[in-house]
Amino acid sequence: MAIGGVEGTGWRRDKLGLGVWESQGKVAIVGWGNSPVDRRWDGVSMDKTYGAYALIAIKQALEDAGVKPEEVDGILACPETGAGATGGASADWGPSRPYFDAPYDSEWGLSRINAQWLIEQMPELSNVQYAPDNVPAIGEQMGMASQAVAEGKTQICLVVYGMNNFEGRYRHGGDNASPYAAGNRQWNAPWSSGDGLQLTGAITLQQYCHRYGVDWDEMMGPVIINEHRNGLMHDWGFYTLHGASGLTQDDYANARPVLWPCRIWDCDRPVNAVGAFLFTTAERAKDMKQKPVYVLNHNQGMGGTVRSTQETLDESEAARDHVAQMSYEGSGLTAKDIDIFNPYDGYSFFLPLTLEGFGWHGVGRGESSDFFNGDISVEGPHPFVSGGGNLGVGRTRTAMYIDSIQQLRGTAGKRQVNVKAETAICAFAPARSAAYLTLSNALP
Amino acid sequence: MSKLIPVPDELSQPFWDAVNERKLIVQNCDSCNKLQYPPKPACELCGSNSLSWKETSGKGHILSFFVVYDGRYQVRIPDQPYNVAVVTLDDDPGINFYSNLAGTPVKEVPVGAAVEVTFEEVAPGQLIHEWKLV
Repeated sequence: MAIGGVEGTGWRRDKLGLGVWESQGKVAIVGWGNSPVDRRWDGVSMDKTYGAYALIAIKQALEDAGVKPEEVDGILACPETGAGATGGASADWGPSRPYFDAPYDSEWGLSRINAQWLIEQMPELSNVQYAPDNVPAIGEQMGMASQAVAEGKTQICLVVYGMNNFEGRYRHGGDNASPYAAGNRQWNAPWSSGDGLQLTGAITLQQYCHRYGVDWDEMMGPVIINEHRNGLMHDWGFYTLHGASGLTQDDYANARPVLWPCRIWDCDRPVNAVGAFLFTTAERAKDMKQKPVYVLNHNQGMGGTVRSTQETLDESEAARDHVAQMSYEGSGLTAKDIDIFNPYDGYSFFLPLTLEGFGWHGVGRGESSDFFNGDISVEGPHPFVSGGGNLGVGRTRTAMYIDSIQQLRGTAGKRQVNVKAETAICAFAPARSAAYLTLSNALP
Repeated sequence: MSKLIPVPDELSQPFWDAVNERKLIVQNCDSCNKLQYPPKPACELCGSNSLSWKETSGKGHILSFFVVYDGRYQVRIPDQPYNVAVVTLDDDPGINFYSNLAGTPVKEVPVGAAVEVTFEEVAPGQLIHEWKLV
Protein backbone atom coordinates (compact mmCIF):
# COMPACT_ATOMS: atom_id res chain seq x y z
CA MET A 1 0.00 0.00 0.00
CA ALA A 2 1.49 3.34 -1.05
CA ILE A 3 0.61 6.10 1.37
CA GLY A 4 2.14 9.53 1.05
CA GLY A 5 4.05 11.07 -1.79
CA VAL A 6 3.49 14.26 -3.66
CA GLU A 7 0.70 14.83 -6.17
CA GLY A 8 1.58 17.07 -9.10
CA THR A 9 -0.39 20.11 -10.20
CA GLY A 10 -1.87 18.67 -13.39
CA TRP A 11 -5.25 18.15 -11.74
CA ARG A 12 -5.82 21.87 -11.24
CA ARG A 13 -8.30 23.88 -13.29
CA ASP A 14 -6.92 27.30 -12.57
CA LYS A 15 -7.47 29.50 -15.60
CA LEU A 16 -10.08 30.68 -18.04
CA GLY A 17 -10.42 28.98 -21.41
CA LEU A 18 -10.54 25.37 -20.20
CA GLY A 19 -14.17 25.02 -21.24
CA VAL A 20 -16.73 22.76 -19.63
CA TRP A 21 -15.09 20.25 -17.27
CA GLU A 22 -14.41 17.17 -19.36
CA SER A 23 -15.52 14.87 -16.53
CA GLN A 24 -18.71 16.73 -15.77
CA GLY A 25 -21.28 14.41 -14.25
CA LYS A 26 -18.85 11.49 -13.94
CA VAL A 27 -18.09 12.10 -10.26
CA ALA A 28 -20.50 12.26 -7.35
CA ILE A 29 -20.46 13.09 -3.67
CA VAL A 30 -22.22 10.27 -1.85
CA GLY A 31 -21.57 10.88 1.82
CA TRP A 32 -20.70 13.49 4.42
CA GLY A 33 -20.04 13.68 8.11
CA ASN A 34 -19.10 16.37 10.59
CA SER A 35 -17.90 16.07 14.14
CA PRO A 36 -19.37 18.22 16.89
CA VAL A 37 -18.00 21.76 16.80
CA ASP A 38 -16.22 22.89 19.96
CA ARG A 39 -14.58 26.21 20.64
CA ARG A 40 -11.31 24.53 21.65
CA TRP A 41 -9.97 21.18 22.66
CA ASP A 42 -9.71 21.24 26.44
CA GLY A 43 -6.50 19.21 26.66
CA VAL A 44 -8.23 16.54 28.72
CA SER A 45 -11.11 14.93 26.83
CA MET A 46 -9.45 12.29 24.67
CA ASP A 47 -12.77 11.56 22.95
CA LYS A 48 -12.85 15.15 21.68
CA THR A 49 -9.38 15.51 20.20
CA TYR A 50 -8.90 16.64 16.66
CA GLY A 51 -8.07 13.07 15.69
CA ALA A 52 -11.04 11.60 17.54
CA TYR A 53 -13.28 14.08 15.78
CA ALA A 54 -11.78 13.10 12.43
CA LEU A 55 -12.71 9.48 13.09
CA ILE A 56 -16.25 10.51 14.05
CA ALA A 57 -16.63 12.48 10.82
CA ILE A 58 -15.23 9.63 8.72
CA LYS A 59 -17.56 7.06 10.25
CA GLN A 60 -20.53 9.37 9.72
CA ALA A 61 -19.60 9.89 6.07
CA LEU A 62 -19.24 6.13 5.52
CA GLU A 63 -22.54 5.47 7.25
CA ASP A 64 -24.24 8.23 5.29
CA ALA A 65 -23.04 6.70 2.03
CA GLY A 66 -23.52 3.07 3.04
CA VAL A 67 -19.87 2.41 2.19
CA LYS A 68 -17.68 -0.02 4.11
CA PRO A 69 -14.25 1.21 5.23
CA GLU A 70 -12.49 -1.45 3.20
CA GLU A 71 -14.13 -0.09 0.04
CA VAL A 72 -12.29 3.22 0.42
CA ASP A 73 -9.23 3.26 -1.81
CA GLY A 74 -8.27 6.94 -1.57
CA ILE A 75 -7.82 9.43 1.25
CA LEU A 76 -7.22 13.15 0.85
CA ALA A 77 -6.55 14.48 4.35
CA CYS A 78 -5.44 18.08 4.65
CA PRO A 79 -2.69 18.46 7.25
CA GLU A 80 -2.98 22.19 7.89
CA THR A 81 -3.74 23.63 11.31
CA GLY A 82 -6.57 26.00 12.02
CA ALA A 83 -4.42 28.96 12.92
CA GLY A 84 -1.60 28.37 10.48
CA ALA A 85 2.05 29.29 10.80
CA THR A 86 1.38 32.42 12.83
CA GLY A 87 -0.88 30.62 15.25
CA GLY A 88 1.46 30.24 18.19
CA ALA A 89 -0.07 28.32 21.08
CA SER A 90 -3.48 28.02 19.50
CA ALA A 91 -2.10 26.16 16.45
CA ASP A 92 0.29 23.51 17.79
CA TRP A 93 -0.10 21.49 20.98
CA GLY A 94 3.62 21.11 21.53
CA PRO A 95 6.33 21.72 22.33
CA SER A 96 5.19 23.96 25.19
CA ARG A 97 2.71 21.33 26.37
CA PRO A 98 3.53 17.65 26.94
CA TYR A 99 2.27 15.03 24.54
CA PHE A 100 0.25 11.99 25.62
CA ASP A 101 0.41 8.25 25.22
CA ALA A 102 0.07 6.92 21.69
CA PRO A 103 -1.60 7.75 19.41
CA TYR A 104 -1.31 11.28 20.76
CA ASP A 105 2.46 11.29 21.24
CA SER A 106 3.08 13.91 18.55
CA GLU A 107 1.17 16.65 16.74
CA TRP A 108 -0.59 13.99 14.68
CA GLY A 109 -4.07 13.55 16.05
CA LEU A 110 -3.83 16.68 18.18
CA SER A 111 -3.29 19.53 15.73
CA ARG A 112 -2.90 17.68 12.43
CA ILE A 113 -4.20 14.65 10.62
CA ASN A 114 -2.96 12.70 7.64
CA ALA A 115 -3.88 9.45 5.94
CA GLN A 116 -1.18 7.48 7.75
CA TRP A 117 -2.44 8.44 11.19
CA LEU A 118 -6.07 7.85 10.26
CA ILE A 119 -5.34 4.39 8.89
CA GLU A 120 -3.38 3.47 12.00
CA GLN A 121 -6.39 4.34 14.15
CA MET A 122 -8.87 2.79 11.76
CA PRO A 123 -7.22 -0.29 10.25
CA GLU A 124 -10.51 -1.21 8.57
CA LEU A 125 -9.44 1.39 5.99
CA SER A 126 -7.44 -1.49 4.61
CA ASN A 127 -7.47 -0.84 0.88
CA VAL A 128 -6.17 2.72 0.54
CA GLN A 129 -3.97 3.01 -2.53
CA TYR A 130 -4.01 6.76 -3.12
CA ALA A 131 -3.18 9.22 -0.34
CA PRO A 132 -0.80 12.02 -1.28
CA ASP A 133 0.64 14.21 1.47
CA ASN A 134 0.32 17.58 -0.24
CA VAL A 135 -3.40 18.08 0.11
CA PRO A 136 -4.59 21.70 -0.04
CA ALA A 137 -7.29 23.34 2.05
CA ILE A 138 -10.87 22.27 1.51
CA GLY A 139 -11.70 24.71 -1.28
CA GLU A 140 -9.11 23.15 -3.56
CA GLN A 141 -9.21 19.75 -1.83
CA MET A 142 -12.77 19.09 -3.04
CA GLY A 143 -11.64 19.74 -6.61
CA MET A 144 -8.60 17.55 -6.14
CA ALA A 145 -10.85 14.70 -5.04
CA SER A 146 -13.19 15.27 -7.98
CA GLN A 147 -10.33 15.15 -10.44
CA ALA A 148 -8.69 12.12 -8.78
CA VAL A 149 -11.91 10.12 -9.09
CA ALA A 150 -12.45 11.33 -12.64
CA GLU A 151 -8.96 10.19 -13.62
CA GLY A 152 -9.36 6.81 -11.96
CA LYS A 153 -6.72 7.38 -9.29
CA THR A 154 -9.30 6.35 -6.73
CA GLN A 155 -12.75 4.85 -6.99
CA ILE A 156 -14.01 5.82 -3.55
CA CYS A 157 -12.19 8.78 -2.09
CA LEU A 158 -12.45 9.99 1.46
CA VAL A 159 -11.88 13.74 1.96
CA VAL A 160 -11.02 14.80 5.51
CA TYR A 161 -10.66 18.42 6.54
CA GLY A 162 -10.50 19.92 9.99
CA MET A 163 -9.79 23.07 11.93
CA ASN A 164 -8.08 22.76 15.30
CA ASN A 165 -8.05 25.27 18.12
CA PHE A 166 -6.31 25.23 21.50
CA GLU A 167 -5.96 27.67 24.38
CA GLY A 168 -4.06 30.78 23.37
CA ARG A 169 -4.79 33.91 21.36
CA TYR A 170 -5.52 33.01 17.79
CA ARG A 171 -2.68 33.96 15.43
CA HIS A 172 -0.86 35.99 18.05
CA GLY A 173 2.19 33.74 17.95
CA GLY A 174 4.94 33.08 15.46
CA ASP A 175 5.91 36.04 13.30
CA ASN A 176 3.09 38.10 14.77
CA ALA A 177 4.87 38.12 18.12
CA SER A 178 8.08 39.46 16.61
CA PRO A 179 9.04 43.16 16.65
CA TYR A 180 10.56 42.72 13.19
CA ALA A 181 8.95 42.63 9.76
CA ALA A 182 10.85 40.59 7.19
CA GLY A 183 9.97 39.35 3.72
CA ASN A 184 6.64 40.54 2.37
CA ARG A 185 5.69 41.73 5.83
CA GLN A 186 8.11 44.66 5.58
CA TRP A 187 5.59 46.31 3.23
CA ASN A 188 2.57 46.15 5.52
CA ALA A 189 3.40 45.15 9.09
CA PRO A 190 5.01 48.41 10.26
CA TRP A 191 1.67 50.19 9.81
CA SER A 192 -0.98 47.52 10.03
CA SER A 193 -2.71 45.02 12.27
CA GLY A 194 -1.94 41.61 10.95
CA ASP A 195 -1.18 40.05 7.65
CA GLY A 196 -3.43 38.49 5.09
CA LEU A 197 -7.10 38.56 4.41
CA GLN A 198 -8.17 40.38 7.52
CA LEU A 199 -6.14 43.39 6.52
CA THR A 200 -6.78 43.48 2.79
CA GLY A 201 -10.43 42.48 2.80
CA ALA A 202 -11.71 44.90 5.42
CA ILE A 203 -10.17 47.94 3.76
CA THR A 204 -11.59 46.87 0.41
CA LEU A 205 -15.11 46.69 1.78
CA GLN A 206 -14.64 50.06 3.44
CA GLN A 207 -13.80 51.41 -0.02
CA TYR A 208 -16.94 49.67 -1.29
CA CYS A 209 -19.04 51.45 1.33
CA HIS A 210 -17.60 54.81 0.34
CA ARG A 211 -18.07 54.21 -3.38
CA TYR A 212 -21.64 52.95 -3.21
CA GLY A 213 -22.82 55.05 -0.29
CA VAL A 214 -23.57 52.01 1.85
CA ASP A 215 -23.47 51.78 5.65
CA TRP A 216 -21.38 48.78 6.78
CA ASP A 217 -23.57 47.94 9.77
CA GLU A 218 -26.81 48.21 7.83
CA MET A 219 -25.44 45.98 5.07
CA MET A 220 -23.64 43.32 7.09
CA GLY A 221 -25.92 42.98 10.12
CA PRO A 222 -28.85 41.35 8.33
CA VAL A 223 -26.79 38.81 6.42
CA ILE A 224 -24.80 37.79 9.52
CA ILE A 225 -27.95 37.45 11.63
CA ASN A 226 -29.50 35.32 8.90
CA GLU A 227 -26.41 33.10 8.81
CA HIS A 228 -26.67 32.54 12.57
CA ARG A 229 -30.30 31.56 12.08
CA ASN A 230 -29.41 29.11 9.29
CA GLY A 231 -26.50 27.71 11.26
CA LEU A 232 -28.76 26.80 14.16
CA MET A 233 -30.64 24.48 11.82
CA HIS A 234 -27.64 22.13 11.67
CA ASP A 235 -27.49 19.64 14.54
CA TRP A 236 -23.68 19.78 14.70
CA GLY A 237 -22.81 23.51 14.56
CA PHE A 238 -21.16 25.53 17.30
CA TYR A 239 -24.20 27.58 18.24
CA THR A 240 -26.48 24.54 18.14
CA LEU A 241 -24.25 22.68 20.59
CA HIS A 242 -23.09 25.53 22.80
CA GLY A 243 -25.98 28.01 22.79
CA ALA A 244 -27.50 30.34 20.25
CA SER A 245 -25.93 33.76 19.87
CA GLY A 246 -29.30 35.51 19.92
CA LEU A 247 -27.67 38.11 17.72
CA THR A 248 -29.78 41.17 16.87
CA GLN A 249 -29.04 44.18 14.70
CA ASP A 250 -28.41 46.30 17.79
CA ASP A 251 -26.09 43.66 19.18
CA TYR A 252 -24.18 43.61 15.94
CA ALA A 253 -23.89 47.37 15.60
CA ASN A 254 -22.68 47.69 19.20
CA ALA A 255 -20.38 44.69 19.20
CA ARG A 256 -16.68 44.87 19.94
CA PRO A 257 -14.79 46.20 16.92
CA VAL A 258 -11.81 44.24 15.64
CA LEU A 259 -10.84 46.29 12.62
CA TRP A 260 -13.58 48.89 12.76
CA PRO A 261 -16.05 48.89 11.10
CA CYS A 262 -15.37 45.14 11.02
CA ARG A 263 -16.71 43.72 14.28
CA ILE A 264 -16.29 40.46 16.13
CA TRP A 265 -19.38 39.01 14.43
CA ASP A 266 -17.87 39.68 10.99
CA CYS A 267 -15.15 37.14 11.85
CA ASP A 268 -15.75 33.42 11.96
CA ARG A 269 -15.23 31.80 15.34
CA PRO A 270 -12.13 29.56 15.48
CA VAL A 271 -13.19 26.06 16.50
CA ASN A 272 -12.04 22.48 16.92
CA ALA A 273 -13.94 20.30 14.44
CA VAL A 274 -13.50 17.96 11.48
CA GLY A 275 -15.62 17.20 8.42
CA ALA A 276 -15.47 14.31 5.95
CA PHE A 277 -16.87 13.67 2.48
CA LEU A 278 -16.99 10.66 0.17
CA PHE A 279 -16.52 11.00 -3.57
CA THR A 280 -16.98 8.22 -6.11
CA THR A 281 -17.78 7.67 -9.76
CA ALA A 282 -21.25 8.44 -10.99
CA GLU A 283 -21.50 4.80 -12.05
CA ARG A 284 -20.88 3.45 -8.55
CA ALA A 285 -22.96 6.19 -6.98
CA LYS A 286 -26.07 4.90 -8.76
CA ASP A 287 -26.34 1.94 -6.40
CA MET A 288 -25.40 3.68 -3.18
CA LYS A 289 -27.56 4.65 -0.26
CA GLN A 290 -28.04 8.33 -1.02
CA LYS A 291 -29.18 10.25 -4.03
CA PRO A 292 -25.92 11.18 -5.81
CA VAL A 293 -24.84 14.78 -5.92
CA TYR A 294 -22.86 15.17 -9.14
CA VAL A 295 -19.86 17.42 -9.59
CA LEU A 296 -20.34 19.70 -12.58
CA ASN A 297 -17.13 21.67 -12.21
CA HIS A 298 -14.25 22.57 -9.92
CA ASN A 299 -11.72 25.38 -10.09
CA GLN A 300 -8.57 26.48 -8.30
CA GLY A 301 -6.12 29.34 -8.47
CA MET A 302 -6.77 33.04 -8.23
CA GLY A 303 -8.69 35.66 -10.13
CA GLY A 304 -6.47 38.50 -11.22
CA THR A 305 -3.53 40.14 -9.54
CA VAL A 306 -2.89 42.94 -7.09
CA ARG A 307 -0.61 45.62 -8.45
CA SER A 308 0.55 47.32 -5.27
CA THR A 309 0.48 46.89 -1.49
CA GLN A 310 -3.27 46.88 -0.96
CA GLU A 311 -5.85 45.22 -3.16
CA THR A 312 -8.18 47.93 -4.41
CA LEU A 313 -11.91 47.66 -4.89
CA ASP A 314 -11.47 47.70 -8.66
CA GLU A 315 -9.05 44.77 -8.40
CA SER A 316 -11.38 42.91 -6.02
CA GLU A 317 -14.36 43.35 -8.30
CA ALA A 318 -12.40 42.31 -11.38
CA ALA A 319 -11.13 39.24 -9.54
CA ARG A 320 -14.62 38.16 -8.48
CA ASP A 321 -15.84 38.62 -12.06
CA HIS A 322 -12.95 36.47 -13.24
CA VAL A 323 -13.52 33.58 -10.84
CA ALA A 324 -17.26 33.67 -11.52
CA GLN A 325 -16.51 33.45 -15.23
CA MET A 326 -14.20 30.48 -14.60
CA SER A 327 -16.89 28.76 -12.56
CA TYR A 328 -19.66 29.33 -15.08
CA GLU A 329 -17.42 28.36 -17.99
CA GLY A 330 -16.50 25.09 -16.30
CA SER A 331 -20.06 24.13 -15.44
CA GLY A 332 -21.69 25.48 -18.57
CA LEU A 333 -24.26 27.14 -16.36
CA THR A 334 -25.11 30.81 -15.88
CA ALA A 335 -26.11 32.78 -12.83
CA LYS A 336 -29.80 32.15 -13.40
CA ASP A 337 -29.19 28.39 -13.36
CA ILE A 338 -27.76 28.34 -9.82
CA ASP A 339 -30.34 27.50 -7.18
CA ILE A 340 -28.19 27.22 -4.03
CA PHE A 341 -25.34 29.65 -3.38
CA ASN A 342 -23.04 28.98 -0.45
CA PRO A 343 -19.96 31.18 -0.94
CA TYR A 344 -17.18 31.52 1.62
CA ASP A 345 -17.84 33.91 4.48
CA GLY A 346 -14.89 33.43 6.84
CA TYR A 347 -14.98 37.15 7.02
CA SER A 348 -18.37 38.60 6.25
CA PHE A 349 -16.79 41.23 4.05
CA PHE A 350 -16.15 38.70 1.28
CA LEU A 351 -19.87 38.21 0.75
CA PRO A 352 -20.98 41.38 -1.06
CA LEU A 353 -18.19 41.25 -3.61
CA THR A 354 -18.63 37.53 -4.27
CA LEU A 355 -22.40 37.83 -4.59
CA GLU A 356 -22.07 40.67 -7.07
CA GLY A 357 -19.30 38.96 -9.03
CA PHE A 358 -21.42 35.85 -9.52
CA GLY A 359 -24.54 37.94 -10.13
CA TRP A 360 -26.62 35.43 -8.20
CA HIS A 361 -30.33 36.36 -8.28
CA GLY A 362 -29.41 39.32 -10.45
CA VAL A 363 -27.51 41.23 -7.79
CA GLY A 364 -25.24 43.81 -9.43
CA ARG A 365 -22.53 46.22 -8.33
CA GLY A 366 -23.37 48.03 -5.11
CA GLU A 367 -26.68 46.18 -4.68
CA SER A 368 -25.78 43.74 -1.91
CA SER A 369 -27.07 45.90 0.92
CA ASP A 370 -30.54 46.09 -0.60
CA PHE A 371 -30.42 42.34 -1.25
CA PHE A 372 -29.35 41.48 2.30
CA ASN A 373 -32.09 43.70 3.67
CA GLY A 374 -34.68 41.81 1.61
CA ASP A 375 -35.85 38.26 2.26
CA ILE A 376 -32.77 36.05 2.28
CA SER A 377 -34.24 33.48 4.67
CA VAL A 378 -34.31 29.83 3.66
CA GLU A 379 -38.09 30.06 3.49
CA GLY A 380 -38.01 32.99 1.09
CA PRO A 381 -37.26 33.61 -2.56
CA HIS A 382 -33.54 34.39 -2.13
CA PRO A 383 -32.05 31.86 0.33
CA PHE A 384 -28.52 33.22 0.42
CA VAL A 385 -25.89 31.09 2.25
CA SER A 386 -28.57 28.62 3.25
CA GLY A 387 -25.95 26.60 5.12
CA GLY A 388 -25.18 29.38 7.56
CA GLY A 389 -21.55 29.39 6.50
CA ASN A 390 -18.62 29.75 8.84
CA LEU A 391 -20.27 32.64 10.61
CA GLY A 392 -23.32 30.52 11.39
CA VAL A 393 -21.66 27.27 12.52
CA GLY A 394 -18.07 28.19 13.40
CA ARG A 395 -14.91 28.10 11.38
CA THR A 396 -15.27 24.56 10.04
CA ARG A 397 -15.26 25.58 6.36
CA THR A 398 -17.60 22.63 5.76
CA ALA A 399 -21.09 24.08 6.14
CA MET A 400 -21.11 25.45 2.61
CA TYR A 401 -20.56 21.97 1.20
CA ILE A 402 -22.76 20.05 3.61
CA ASP A 403 -25.72 22.35 3.08
CA SER A 404 -25.35 22.23 -0.68
CA ILE A 405 -25.34 18.41 -0.61
CA GLN A 406 -28.34 18.33 1.70
CA GLN A 407 -30.31 20.88 -0.31
CA LEU A 408 -29.76 18.92 -3.53
CA ARG A 409 -30.72 15.67 -1.82
CA GLY A 410 -33.77 17.33 -0.30
CA THR A 411 -32.62 16.42 3.22
CA ALA A 412 -31.82 19.84 4.67
CA GLY A 413 -34.71 19.66 7.13
CA LYS A 414 -35.66 23.05 8.50
CA ARG A 415 -33.13 24.63 6.17
CA GLN A 416 -34.62 23.03 3.06
CA VAL A 417 -35.33 25.90 0.74
CA ASN A 418 -38.74 26.44 -0.78
CA VAL A 419 -37.30 27.40 -4.14
CA LYS A 420 -35.94 24.89 -6.62
CA ALA A 421 -32.80 23.10 -5.39
CA GLU A 422 -31.22 21.27 -8.32
CA THR A 423 -27.87 23.04 -8.65
CA ALA A 424 -25.46 24.59 -6.17
CA ILE A 425 -22.23 26.54 -5.99
CA CYS A 426 -20.25 26.15 -2.79
CA ALA A 427 -16.81 27.26 -1.77
CA PHE A 428 -14.01 27.85 0.61
CA ALA A 429 -12.62 30.61 -1.58
CA PRO A 430 -11.08 33.49 0.36
CA ALA A 431 -10.81 36.85 -1.39
CA ARG A 432 -9.63 36.34 -5.00
CA SER A 433 -9.51 32.53 -4.77
CA ALA A 434 -11.21 30.63 -7.59
CA ALA A 435 -11.85 27.48 -5.53
CA TYR A 436 -15.54 27.04 -6.33
CA LEU A 437 -17.37 23.74 -6.72
CA THR A 438 -20.55 23.36 -8.77
CA LEU A 439 -22.96 20.54 -7.96
CA SER A 440 -26.19 19.13 -9.37
CA ASN A 441 -28.63 16.45 -8.34
CA ALA A 442 -29.13 15.40 -11.96
CA LEU A 443 -26.75 14.20 -14.63
CA PRO A 444 -26.01 16.88 -17.23
CA MET B 1 4.00 54.22 18.99
CA SER B 2 6.11 51.07 18.72
CA LYS B 3 6.02 49.89 15.15
CA LEU B 4 7.42 46.75 13.67
CA ILE B 5 10.90 47.27 12.32
CA PRO B 6 11.42 46.43 8.64
CA VAL B 7 14.18 43.98 7.83
CA PRO B 8 15.71 44.92 4.47
CA ASP B 9 16.72 42.16 2.09
CA GLU B 10 18.79 42.22 -1.08
CA LEU B 11 15.88 43.48 -3.17
CA SER B 12 14.60 46.05 -0.72
CA GLN B 13 17.91 47.40 0.62
CA PRO B 14 18.05 50.36 -1.85
CA PHE B 15 14.49 51.30 -0.91
CA TRP B 16 15.17 51.35 2.82
CA ASP B 17 18.49 53.12 2.29
CA ALA B 18 16.58 55.87 0.47
CA VAL B 19 13.95 56.04 3.21
CA ASN B 20 16.76 56.51 5.72
CA GLU B 21 17.80 59.51 3.59
CA ARG B 22 14.20 60.75 3.75
CA LYS B 23 13.44 59.93 0.13
CA LEU B 24 10.54 57.82 -1.14
CA ILE B 25 11.61 55.82 -4.18
CA VAL B 26 9.80 53.08 -6.08
CA GLN B 27 10.77 50.81 -8.93
CA ASN B 28 10.24 52.03 -12.50
CA CYS B 29 10.07 49.52 -15.34
CA ASP B 30 12.54 50.43 -18.08
CA SER B 31 10.38 48.61 -20.64
CA CYS B 32 6.82 49.76 -19.96
CA ASN B 33 7.68 52.83 -17.86
CA LYS B 34 5.25 51.87 -15.10
CA LEU B 35 5.95 52.33 -11.42
CA GLN B 36 6.02 49.36 -9.06
CA TYR B 37 5.73 49.10 -5.27
CA PRO B 38 6.49 46.96 -3.31
CA PRO B 39 9.64 46.08 -5.22
CA LYS B 40 9.72 42.80 -7.11
CA PRO B 41 12.43 41.05 -9.13
CA ALA B 42 10.49 41.69 -12.37
CA CYS B 43 7.77 44.04 -13.59
CA GLU B 44 4.38 42.66 -12.64
CA LEU B 45 2.78 44.32 -15.65
CA CYS B 46 5.09 43.41 -18.55
CA GLY B 47 7.46 40.84 -17.06
CA SER B 48 10.62 42.79 -17.77
CA ASN B 49 13.42 42.36 -15.26
CA SER B 50 14.95 45.71 -16.23
CA LEU B 51 13.90 47.93 -13.35
CA SER B 52 15.34 51.17 -12.02
CA TRP B 53 14.65 53.18 -8.87
CA LYS B 54 12.80 56.47 -9.23
CA GLU B 55 12.13 59.11 -6.61
CA THR B 56 8.46 59.97 -6.21
CA SER B 57 6.77 63.28 -5.59
CA GLY B 58 5.83 62.10 -2.11
CA LYS B 59 2.29 63.36 -2.70
CA GLY B 60 -0.79 61.23 -2.38
CA HIS B 61 -4.47 60.92 -1.46
CA ILE B 62 -6.33 58.78 1.06
CA LEU B 63 -8.23 55.91 -0.58
CA SER B 64 -9.73 54.08 2.39
CA PHE B 65 -9.06 53.16 6.00
CA PHE B 66 -10.04 51.13 9.03
CA VAL B 67 -9.28 51.30 12.72
CA VAL B 68 -7.38 48.59 14.55
CA TYR B 69 -8.98 47.73 17.87
CA ASP B 70 -7.80 44.13 18.19
CA GLY B 71 -4.79 43.47 15.97
CA ARG B 72 -2.41 40.55 15.94
CA TYR B 73 0.96 42.27 16.31
CA GLN B 74 1.95 42.15 19.95
CA VAL B 75 4.18 45.22 19.87
CA ARG B 76 1.30 47.33 18.58
CA ILE B 77 -1.33 46.30 21.10
CA PRO B 78 -0.55 49.26 23.40
CA ASP B 79 -1.26 51.63 20.49
CA GLN B 80 -4.81 50.40 19.92
CA PRO B 81 -7.04 51.83 18.62
CA TYR B 82 -5.16 53.30 15.68
CA ASN B 83 -5.98 54.19 12.08
CA VAL B 84 -4.68 52.23 9.11
CA ALA B 85 -5.18 54.15 5.89
CA VAL B 86 -4.37 53.33 2.29
CA VAL B 87 -2.70 56.18 0.43
CA THR B 88 -2.49 56.28 -3.36
CA LEU B 89 0.51 57.93 -4.97
CA ASP B 90 -0.30 60.98 -7.09
CA ASP B 91 2.44 60.02 -9.57
CA ASP B 92 0.46 56.82 -10.28
CA PRO B 93 -2.72 56.10 -8.28
CA GLY B 94 -2.23 52.40 -8.98
CA ILE B 95 0.56 52.48 -6.41
CA ASN B 96 -0.48 52.53 -2.77
CA PHE B 97 0.98 52.56 0.73
CA TYR B 98 -0.24 51.95 4.25
CA SER B 99 -0.15 54.72 6.82
CA ASN B 100 -1.18 55.35 10.41
CA LEU B 101 -1.74 59.07 9.68
CA ALA B 102 -0.16 60.27 12.88
CA GLY B 103 -2.10 63.16 14.38
CA THR B 104 -5.41 62.21 12.76
CA PRO B 105 -7.98 61.25 15.41
CA VAL B 106 -9.22 57.66 15.38
CA LYS B 107 -12.09 57.13 12.89
CA GLU B 108 -11.78 60.71 11.64
CA VAL B 109 -9.84 59.90 8.50
CA PRO B 110 -10.85 62.20 5.62
CA VAL B 111 -11.14 59.82 2.67
CA GLY B 112 -10.03 61.59 -0.49
CA ALA B 113 -7.87 64.15 1.31
CA ALA B 114 -4.37 65.08 0.13
CA VAL B 115 -1.37 63.80 2.08
CA GLU B 116 2.38 64.01 1.81
CA VAL B 117 5.13 61.67 2.82
CA THR B 118 6.99 62.03 6.07
CA PHE B 119 9.44 59.78 7.85
CA GLU B 120 9.41 58.20 11.26
CA GLU B 121 12.15 56.48 13.23
CA VAL B 122 11.18 52.98 14.35
CA ALA B 123 14.62 51.90 15.56
CA PRO B 124 17.95 53.69 15.86
CA GLY B 125 18.99 54.49 12.30
CA GLN B 126 15.89 52.95 10.73
CA LEU B 127 13.17 55.18 9.34
CA ILE B 128 9.91 54.16 7.72
CA HIS B 129 7.79 56.19 5.33
CA GLU B 130 4.63 57.65 6.76
CA TRP B 131 2.02 60.10 5.55
CA LYS B 132 0.41 63.22 6.97
CA LEU B 133 -2.48 65.44 5.94
CA VAL B 134 -1.45 68.43 3.88
